[in-house]
Amino acid sequence: MLRGSRGQLWGKLHIDPPLVGGVLMLCAIGLVVLFSASDQSTDIVIKQGARMGLGLGLMVAVAQLSPARLARWAPALYLVGTGLLVLTAVIGTGRGAHRWLDFGFLRFQPSEIMKLATPLTVAWFLRDKLLPPRLPVIATALVLVALPAALIAEQPDLGTAILVAAAGLFVLFFAGISWRFIGLAVAAGVALAPIAWYSMHGYQRQRVLTMLDPAADPLGTGYHIIQAAIAVGSGGWSGKGWLNGTQSHLEFLPEHATDFIFAVYCEEFGLIGVLVLLSAYLLVLVRGVTIALGAQDSFGRLMAASLTFTLFTYVFVNMGMVLGQLPVVGVPLPLISYGGTSLVTLLTSLGILMSIQTHRRYLANA
Amino acid sequence: MSFGRRLREPARDTQVFVKRIAIASIGMVTLVAVLLSRLVYLQLVNHDHFTTLAQENRLKVLPIPPTRGLIYSGDGVLLADNRASFSLEVVPEKAGDLNAAVTQLQQLLPLGPELLARLKTEVRARRRFDSIALKDNLTEQEVAIFSVNRHRFPGFSIAGRLTRYYPLGAQMVSAVGYVGRISEEELKRTDNRIDTSNYSATTHIGKEGVERSYEAQLHGEVGYQQVEVNAQGRILRVVESQPPIPGRNLYLSIDSRLQGEAIKTLNGQKGAIVAIEPATGSVLAFVSNPAFDPNDFVNGISATAYNALRESPDRPLFNRALLGLYPPGSTVKPVMAAGALEYGLRDRGDQTWCPGWLQLPGVTHKYRCWQKAGHGGVDLLRSIAESCDVYYYSLARDMGIERMHELLTGFGLGRVTGIDLPGELAGLVPSREWKRRVRKLPWFPGETLINGIGQGFMLTTPLQLAQMAAILANRGRVVVPHMVREFENPQDGHREALTPVERPTVPIVKPDTWAAVIEGMHEVVQGERGTARATALGATYQYAGKTGTAQLFTIAQDKRIKVQDVTKHLRDHALFVSFAPLDRPELALGIIVENGESGSHTAAPIARTLFDFYFAIRRPNDASG
Repeated sequence: MLRGSRGQLWGKLHIDPPLVGGVLMLCAIGLVVLFSASDQSTDIVIKQGARMGLGLGLMVAVAQLSPARLARWAPALYLVGTGLLVLTAVIGTGRGAHRWLDFGFLRFQPSEIMKLATPLTVAWFLRDKLLPPRLPVIATALVLVALPAALIAEQPDLGTAILVAAAGLFVLFFAGISWRFIGLAVAAGVALAPIAWYSMHGYQRQRVLTMLDPAADPLGTGYHIIQAAIAVGSGGWSGKGWLNGTQSHLEFLPEHATDFIFAVYCEEFGLIGVLVLLSAYLLVLVRGVTIALGAQDSFGRLMAASLTFTLFTYVFVNMGMVLGQLPVVGVPLPLISYGGTSLVTLLTSLGILMSIQTHRRYLANA
Repeated sequence: MSFGRRLREPARDTQVFVKRIAIASIGMVTLVAVLLSRLVYLQLVNHDHFTTLAQENRLKVLPIPPTRGLIYSGDGVLLADNRASFSLEVVPEKAGDLNAAVTQLQQLLPLGPELLARLKTEVRARRRFDSIALKDNLTEQEVAIFSVNRHRFPGFSIAGRLTRYYPLGAQMVSAVGYVGRISEEELKRTDNRIDTSNYSATTHIGKEGVERSYEAQLHGEVGYQQVEVNAQGRILRVVESQPPIPGRNLYLSIDSRLQGEAIKTLNGQKGAIVAIEPATGSVLAFVSNPAFDPNDFVNGISATAYNALRESPDRPLFNRALLGLYPPGSTVKPVMAAGALEYGLRDRGDQTWCPGWLQLPGVTHKYRCWQKAGHGGVDLLRSIAESCDVYYYSLARDMGIERMHELLTGFGLGRVTGIDLPGELAGLVPSREWKRRVRKLPWFPGETLINGIGQGFMLTTPLQLAQMAAILANRGRVVVPHMVREFENPQDGHREALTPVERPTVPIVKPDTWAAVIEGMHEVVQGERGTARATALGATYQYAGKTGTAQLFTIAQDKRIKVQDVTKHLRDHALFVSFAPLDRPELALGIIVENGESGSHTAAPIARTLFDFYFAIRRPNDASG
């Protein structure tokens, strides 16, 4: 009874305790590592903590909205986001790549909007279609995915483009498109790979080459990968201890508070720490899968599954990059890396998950 | 009110979706396994390897160069010093656009036009965050100019270090030599002259002279500092350090005063003077004239200046004392005379008739004496004192080239003396075997004759002539000439003397031989008819000598002789070997004055001056006598 009433209370607040528990655990780990990775800067930790607070608030706020409402807003969000992407291409700022829109009081990356808007819109589009989708439907959905992905890749921000595309394509995958189509798509991808290779920017190509053989240019592009491997490897089983990582504190490890923070974590907390971190992610991911399986309409199912596996994609791409298994693309480690925009986007997406979970009962009862 | 399509076929839809979720989950688990396997590989399997790499990253060993040993003369004058100098250095990683910065700097300081090209290669050849020297030996003004503009050039700095300096300059270069920048070639050499780790902080190395031959003692041992650095190469703290061990100071046997006086006596003429203390082999003077200022070479001489030195017909870069090959001429006659007595070919009183020439049977060619009128009947003493060529033609004929070769080699000719200087030449004492091997020709009897008066194929260095004089002075004892007398440990002042090295004594056993030969040499300077009798007038001591004249055409000298100089350059070289005092010799001399024409007129007076000078400084109280 008590359990039930408590569950009802969380339900009324539209909060999913297991999900929030996992998120808080990751945020806590994130702040602890960040303190070390930022050379013990309390300023940075407080700043990041504030962003987390903002993100968590947004997460809870989004959870209050019903999935139906989210779906209705999706096309508008998509149009605004795409429009801003076009605008960014024209007047955007940023070092080397045009990723930022600067409104004076507000500076953000429109590509972040598309991380959510793309899967939302595809799921919205598929909500009343016969599943598995037929070819014209698939084609339309692919256009919806490809447009923002192409705009973002053009910035160029390959990492985000891949993640945006992945989020949209996951929706299609979970909608049950046929394996034959997936097979064809993969084959086409392989066939187009050379074209993609030649359309890449020089530095992007270099990153792929570097991943394949970091030792070829140890002081240049291979430097990140080699130094990250040294950090991770020297951490060993139990790590060097919090605040004791030499690779990050002596600045051998580049981007050690942002994209490469996982290397700092591995160096200081070792394999044991990594297992703890992966467990926290798995808690969130398993909960996401559970929510997806429990969702009662196709929009909820597709959204929940897509967001969950997109989160996993983030984790895998970042860790794979730090461990030298994937090319260096600018993908942060969710909830751990220092940085505001992706953190807020991510927590918002988890809010959508909670919305899908906590609005279920009413849907079922209606 | 539900949103979206109601699940029309809930069971089938759900089945497809669950299957997809299952497949995606399997994919997720697989990828997590991939990550974990990589983590195990890095963190468990290769943990030790990466720990080592992390340590190497963190800790940097900074080598500290040892202070090079100083070089002093026998009379305590500093010959090679270390002076503080300033050089402009850059760490390219910190400099931003290096080329632009250097171009800007060139407007402030004279850095030389080839600098950018040199930088390009040096930037690649060095370790990350190591500095590169742009210019050495900055003047105080240059240091000031840079300091004022320093803020404009991040990554550039002024470094103080010790640079070799030779206070006496050209005066000592033939003995002391000089240091220069270590070349790639020297680093790569396989004879282990350079232990690269010991030289990791060293920029200069001995190139010539004592600086080169005693490199190992002068250099010392590198020290190091193990420091913790960050990725920018900034030193955070010193973990461990080991101070360098300075190189040992050298005390040469050379007397700077005698050396200076010897140069003075040459009076600008080309030539070489080597003075040896017969009892010990200590080299007291080692002059090659003209010479060059070694200080120009320490930090690299400009191409123009170097070419000027190299192209000069006076060949200042050529160390005549060590490398100059000259026919010994009549200076070998005392040795030949010793052989005559020892081999029983002549007795002291045996007379040889000199009509002014000698002819070999069946040959029309006349081998002429320098005294065209002839000396008449000449005994051994007179043959030395008056340098009768016919006496020695006849003696050489009787001795034969093989015995001559053995005899002259015993006096150190035709082989290296073993002096502690690099690159010494052996000269040449011919033999049948040599001529067959090198010239591919048989030996002709006439060649024996002219080699008997030190002409023909024979070649000796001034050093060998001095050693020959020392052997005569020692009555056969052979001491290897040496430059360095003592090592000094600069840390505790402990001195260690080098023991003179002796070689087998010249195999001349008849007791009267030395007396006769030395008496003959005494007659040269202090006899009634000696060839150099004029020079010994008024000497307060007895001494011995032998004049010689070397015909120039046998010397492969500079081919770029200017037309107007031909006559001067064709004059004979004047030679003189000598030692004094007669009974207890203290100084043996080998003197060559190029194009000096006559040993008795040009070279012999130099010996007299040097003896007077040396005895005056050795026994100041007797100087008035």
